[in-house]
Amino acid sequence: MLEIKEIHTYYGTSHILFGISLKVDKGEAVCLLGRNGAGKTTTFRSIIGLTPPRSGSIKFLGQEIAGKPPYVIAQMGIGFVPDDRRIFPDLTVRQNILVARREREGAIWNLDRIYHLFPKLKELEAHMGNQLSGGEQQMLTVARTLMTNPQLILLDEPGEGLAPLVVKAMGEQLTEIKKTGITMLICEHNVGLSMALSDRCYVMDKGTIRFQGTIDDLKKNEEVRKKYLMV
Amino acid sequence: MMSFDVLFNQFLSGIARAALLFLVASGLSLTFGVLRVLNFSHGSLYMLGAFVTYSVWKVLLIPVVGFYIATILASLIMGLIGILIEFFLLRRLYARGWPEQLLATYAIVLIITDIVKWGWGGEFLSIPRPPPFKGAVFLFGFPFPSYNFFVILLGLILVIVLWWLVYKTRLGDIIRAAAHDREMVSALGIPIPWLFTWIFVLGSIIAGLSGAVTAPFGSIALGMDIEIIVECFAVVVIGGMGSLPGTLLGSFIVGQVYAFGIMFKPELALAFIFMVMAAVLIIRPWGIFGRPER
Repeated sequence: MLEIKEIHTYYGTSHILFGISLKVDKGEAVCLLGRNGAGKTTTFRSIIGLTPPRSGSIKFLGQEIAGKPPYVIAQMGIGFVPDDRRIFPDLTVRQNILVARREREGAIWNLDRIYHLFPKLKELEAHMGNQLSGGEQQMLTVARTLMTNPQLILLDEPGEGLAPLVVKAMGEQLTEIKKTGITMLICEHNVGLSMALSDRCYVMDKGTIRFQGTIDDLKKNEEVRKKYLMV
Repeated sequence: MMSFDVLFNQFLSGIARAALLFLVASGLSLTFGVLRVLNFSHGSLYMLGAFVTYSVWKVLLIPVVGFYIATILASLIMGLIGILIEFFLLRRLYARGWPEQLLATYAIVLIITDIVKWGWGGEFLSIPRPPPFKGAVFLFGFPFPSYNFFVILLGLILVIVLWWLVYKTRLGDIIRAAAHDREMVSALGIPIPWLFTWIFVLGSIIAGLSGAVTAPFGSIALGMDIEIIVECFAVVVIGGMGSLPGTLLGSFIVGQVYAFGIMFKPELALAFIFMVMAAVLIIRPWGIFGRPER
């Protein structure tokens, strides 16, 4: 579904990604692990087009998307959930969800279904976006992206800064979302809620991929975990 | 000691001025709020709108409704010019810094000034007040042009229409979301370039409309562009850039300061406005209803 080959991405003159290649198949959940600054967020920004790669190729459903504007890439079916959540503060919770809605063939997400998955958001629907706790913001940012009915969702640090119980709930909600058949690419700096969800993983360090394999492979490989993940 | 009726008369003329300022500044503020471009040429579309209204009115010479038809046509023509400006110039400059954008929109100011000189000459033009607003209304014994009430009414209608658009429609949700975080809006699949074009066109139509309704107020002349734009900058700085309630309050304050400033010391009326603006800049640089830049 998604195939990245040898991308190099820069912020201005600083070179961040050094020839990243990775692949996500339809229906899979793949996690991208690595310390802060390893280049995980930049990889996501490269995919969605916010920071397009200077060289290399990104194919989604067989089409080249590198260099296309973010809204075109999003319309093709990629949803981006940013690590800093980026809730619109001047919109209510309900407006935050609805502003993103996009009808397409095979669309499964609508307001009712979102409220079924995140009942808390229904309770808060009249609150403004800037009146939410961290956990509520995280639910809302996931809900908002789901409303675009993506085929592939990029989740950047979905458990960051949340209390353990909230992380657990988020893990369960993401499992529910995965069951709908959506493809997932999740990044985390710590081995957290993505491990239980994922089929495969990549480990990044300093803008390169250092390891790839199944979750079991990673669990067995203490050297990689020690060297790149501090666990 | 001033008597009540004199003060009331000044207050009403301040309100009429506030309504006109709101008409112009609301378009400027909307464009800034979404596109984050300080559009110097907004006043030029206002001026061009007044000149075009004059010419259309003159060509049509239809009694009663001629002025209103001219107003609508001029507004739409300014909208078309807005498309051209956004599509061929501004669109290429969003990624650049403020200085380039300011210079580019100032270039449009100079271009439109020359177009007006070329097309209409340097003379002062005027349009008589259209019916049914030809006469005056007497309030506390003072004659008050009934056309002023038309402008106030139009200002109120625009407040309501913009409020509805910004707070009650999906486009409004997108506008408020994009004003805060256009990158995220784009990542949700909303075509930002089109949004920007339509917002700029809407701002241009508002500029044309306000220019048209100014035409019967006083004279239509070169220089009215800069005169209005600096006052509008004061309005949006005081009220808060990109905020609709802020623009409304800013217009009210500037209108009143001007009306009472003229009574107090006519030469300094503009100076008083900019003293208020400077005070706001010192105490609350993002304006009364604005939001600090992240």
